Amino acid sequence: MLRTLQLKHLLVALIAPGLIAAAQANPFETTLKNGLRVIVKEDHRAPTAVQMVWYRIGSIDEMDGNSGVAHVLEHMMFKGTPTIGPGEFNRRVAAAGGRDNAFTSRDYTAYFQQVPKEKLPEMMELEADRMRHLNVDPKEFAQEIKVVMEERRMRTDDNPQAKLYEQANAMAFETHPYRRPVIGWMSDLEHMTARDAHEWYDRWYVPNNAYLVVTGDVDHQAVFALAEKYYGPLEGRALPARKPLSEPSQEGIRRLVVKAPAELPLLVMGYKAPVVRDVAKDIDPFALEMLAAVLDGHEAARFGKRLVREQKIAVSAGVDYDSTALGPGMFVLHGSPSEGKTVAELETALRREIARIQKDGVSESELKRAKAQVVAAQVYKRDSMFAQAMEIGQMEATGLSYKDIDLMIERLQQITGPQVQAVAKKYFGDDTLTVGVLDPQPLDGKPRQPATPARH
Amino acid sequence: MMKRMLFALAALVACQFALAGVKIEHWVSPSGARVYFVESRALPILDVQVDFAAGSMFDPAGKPGVASLTRGILDLGAGNLDENAIADRLADIGAQLGGGADNDRASVALRTLSTPEKREQALDLLRLVLSSPRFDGAIFLREKTRTIANLKESLTRPDVIASKAFWEAMYPVHPYGREAMPETVAKIGRDDLTRFYRTYYNARNATVTLVGDVSRAEAEKIAESLLAKLPPGEAPALPPPPQLPKEGIQRIAHPAAQSHIHIGLPAIAKGDPDFFPLVVGNYTLGGGGFVSRLMKEVRDKRGYAYNVYSYFAPLKQPGPFQIGLQTKRSQADEALQVTRAILQDFLKDGPSPEELAAAKANLVGSFPLRLDSNRKILENVANIGFYGLPLDYLDRYQDRIRAVTADEVRQAFARHIRPENLVTVMVATDKP
Repeated sequence: MLRTLQLKHLLVALIAPGLIAAAQANPFETTLKNGLRVIVKEDHRAPTAVQMVWYRIGSIDEMDGNSGVAHVLEHMMFKGTPTIGPGEFNRRVAAAGGRDNAFTSRDYTAYFQQVPKEKLPEMMELEADRMRHLNVDPKEFAQEIKVVMEERRMRTDDNPQAKLYEQANAMAFETHPYRRPVIGWMSDLEHMTARDAHEWYDRWYVPNNAYLVVTGDVDHQAVFALAEKYYGPLEGRALPARKPLSEPSQEGIRRLVVKAPAELPLLVMGYKAPVVRDVAKDIDPFALEMLAAVLDGHEAARFGKRLVREQKIAVSAGVDYDSTALGPGMFVLHGSPSEGKTVAELETALRREIARIQKDGVSESELKRAKAQVVAAQVYKRDSMFAQAMEIGQMEATGLSYKDIDLMIERLQQITGPQVQAVAKKYFGDDTLTVGVLDPQPLDGKPRQPATPARH
Repeated sequence: MMKRMLFALAALVACQFALAGVKIEHWVSPSGARVYFVESRALPILDVQVDFAAGSMFDPAGKPGVASLTRGILDLGAGNLDENAIADRLADIGAQLGGGADNDRASVALRTLSTPEKREQALDLLRLVLSSPRFDGAIFLREKTRTIANLKESLTRPDVIASKAFWEAMYPVHPYGREAMPETVAKIGRDDLTRFYRTYYNARNATVTLVGDVSRAEAEKIAESLLAKLPPGEAPALPPPPQLPKEGIQRIAHPAAQSHIHIGLPAIAKGDPDFFPLVVGNYTLGGGGFVSRLMKEVRDKRGYAYNVYSYFAPLKQPGPFQIGLQTKRSQADEALQVTRAILQDFLKDGPSPEELAAAKANLVGSFPLRLDSNRKILENVANIGFYGLPLDYLDRYQDRIRAVTADEVRQAFARHIRPENLVTVMVATDKP
């Protein structure tokens, strides 16, 4: 049940493509006169289809005081147009035997329906209608903004781990919009108006700021014709200029503590890291993906094997790294210490694992294993039409092209041990590090514990 | 508790399938296991799932947590391979070994590429894990410690506290209501696991489901070879079915910003013919996502909650009907009132003709979406196999939905949801 924020990418989710048959033209692509790109991936295994419309607009485009508006507008997109009343969109999709939802991230906002294939035209008509004709009714807005505040309470305010990530993020980025949470600060939500949402819609929801992705048991020519019929009449419009956004370089370690009701401490260590800008030429982001896999790609990867299983320093330990994003990247180490171990000891242990790779590199078998998983995940991805559509959409949303999905896999396969060692040396200095600690507090809120928890 | 949430979701999906054209082959292997097979050659993938009636309902008295720990440690060392060797070998061939334990069953699920060399290596590992787990003492202690630490952490969360209290309230006597707690896991010894494994992980207590890129002959060979080394054993006796609890409300203090509210009771078992009217009716009540009454009234009209839902989760023995939501604590009692009123109205009048038609249109129409990947087919077929549902269950599903009348919905709800048996749990409320 998610009109939701999007997705922490795992290595596998991100790099496993569905595109094996490069020799064929599949996926197929066209661009309408109004600037809407249409990308169709045919997959005839089952009589279903997925439509996704992706808007190149996310929380990255928000301004201070207006955080969360991209996501709030996403909610409002279900509240009707002159021809489709509030709630009618969901009703029509349900009547067609479909499922629909939407998600907002830092870089994009996307809407989707999964339907029996014969219902695709109706879905395209509905989705095209709300691309340009949304009502942002103040009464509907007044109710929906409460729903979004409940969503924030559930996802963040009552979730100590999420709160730590939100605040660590706000500290790691000082000026870049990535410092703001996608769901928005509560105070901004409290003061948001229907007009804010409407202006957002008017500014950004045009065909030339969107692309359509369809996967499933469809004929691409037929989908192109339907796109022309339903989306073709919508007028494009010049978009406001977007200014370049850059984060000033960090020159020193940053540390923060979040106190919240919990039992286990949580440590997150975020290092500024590059992301893919040029699939053909970049090396470091791919080497970092391989590093992430060597540390945390499977149960017996280094973190699991050494920190959880052998040394028993951690109850859990892992890595988050997403090599595709419009904005700056982060390579995040995280974990919870075992009982009797401190956060400081865990931090030392995580650092030691990086230092080992800096000094000794990675073994041939570790690298081969990481690559085998990439190849298998590539095949498994083809079991899901939804996943295939997601992959195309995400590549495009982060400034890359879906045409480079195969090339991404190739580049990963080419990464060498010395390249992994080189990125371990290059990106794990203290000067670009942000360390966040969740300091667990008792539920009754009575005795306060010291800021740096020494639990036993 | 994640287990239960996942389980509930899986149950929802599993409850709503259908599609002509999934050809299920079924046989009993020489070792006594029931085998279900769907050949699917489009992708070079093989999925194999082995299910044992070895879920938490079989936890020994006073030791909730044994089933889950047994399953958890099963693949952490087997035969001549230690835990890291198993994980490394799986990763080397890109195979994935998953599964877990829910109330009824313990599952071991393998996904592998179907090229013979990789497939055979993966199946060898699965066979080893099923037939020769080591239950190494040091690993047992480590995993027990981690389990306790994770339980303590999860017991600080309002959703987990609510869920555990809710199951205990619904099933005061039946094992479905026995929740693993740090104290109960602390009492578990390694012997409990080996005894549990010997008792429940056997061929006659197993169903094997295969979906993917192998022939029937290969599937027969694989199924038999996986279980040949297990003792034949026997299917376990079930406890007496759950008694219905007495209506009541339990309020639990917690500092969270939102109250977590659960309302429900034990309702139906798998295979109960009332399932069809209940699932059709529940679509209108709270199962139909954005178009359900609960969603419209609680979320859209009043802005009380981001998520509000109801579902039936049939189990081997009557599983729960549940309504759930989270809302700002200061308005929790109003939200509870609205929710109860919606349920009462629905019990009284059932769905309108329009609602009934909409529910059927969606449940029948969405039918192809429930089976459009190997993963989904596996889930559905394993469910049919484990619970002994008819082999034509999927083929007949749409017709059975179409045949449901408004009267049947009302009657089925009246039979299974009696207000005098509804328990309510609220965590983080402003009232004492």
